Amino acid sequence: MAKIKIRAKEKNGTVTVKSLLKHPMETGNRKDKKTGNEIPAHYITEVKCEVNGKTVMTAYLGPGVSKDPYMSFDVKGAKKGETVKLSWVDNKGESASGEVTIK
Amino acid sequence: MTIHRRKFLHTALGVAAAILVVPLKVFAARPKAAFGAEKYDDVMNTLYSSTTTDSSHVSIKAPDIAENGAVVPITVKTDLANAESVSIIVPNNPNPLAASFELTPSSGGLVSTRIKMAKTSDVHAVVKAGGKLYSASKEVKVTIGGCGG
Repeated sequence: MAKIKIRAKEKNGTVTVKSLLKHPMETGNRKDKKTGNEIPAHYITEVKCEVNGKTVMTAYLGPGVSKDPYMSFDVKGAKKGETVKLSWVDNKGESASGEVTIK
Repeated sequence: MTIHRRKFLHTALGVAAAILVVPLKVFAARPKAAFGAEKYDDVMNTLYSSTTTDSSHVSIKAPDIAENGAVVPITVKTDLANAESVSIIVPNNPNPLAASFELTPSSGGLVSTRIKMAKTSDVHAVVKAGGKLYSASKEVKVTIGGCGG
């Protein structure tokens, strides 16, 4: 499941991680246009970023984050060749993770 | 061996519960109440239990006018070295708290994401550093809302 796209690039000691998570991010407020039924909420609640197994950032998301969330953040003290791992869990207990090497 | 319905259901329930519980335990604590809050002040009370002051240490980058409220890029930058968390709050959304980032000493002071906005509103970025709160806000005009519709 290629549900996560990650890029990590090092520049002057700071690693910029950019990622795209594939997820519907339903708020639970929307209605199905054909049937009029409410579409149940389905969104990512937590995203964790690890560098070499050490957690560097945890993001708690609500339904107010856009569909297919884009996340970008800086990490200090990581080097080229090290591994960045990103994992998420949603409100239905589903999860996914992805890894990338810092360039 | 015959499979008894009752026994089967019990086992199935147990397995389902185990699957549900395990991934939730991986992460420590999501501020659930703050995400459920419907007013800006309630979010601030449940999340930080104090108020913020505008600070030049925090800057927020967002478009002046968002044509599509479903995708509004927000970038929060801070030069505070010991930042512990960054929250993005949109007071006019049904649930104002959009996202909250827990940082560690190895995080740089930059967080960027895309959020939904129901209507024109200020976007607040709240940074917690060394037990104090710093914030910045910017108004984003929304022409088409991104919630419901």
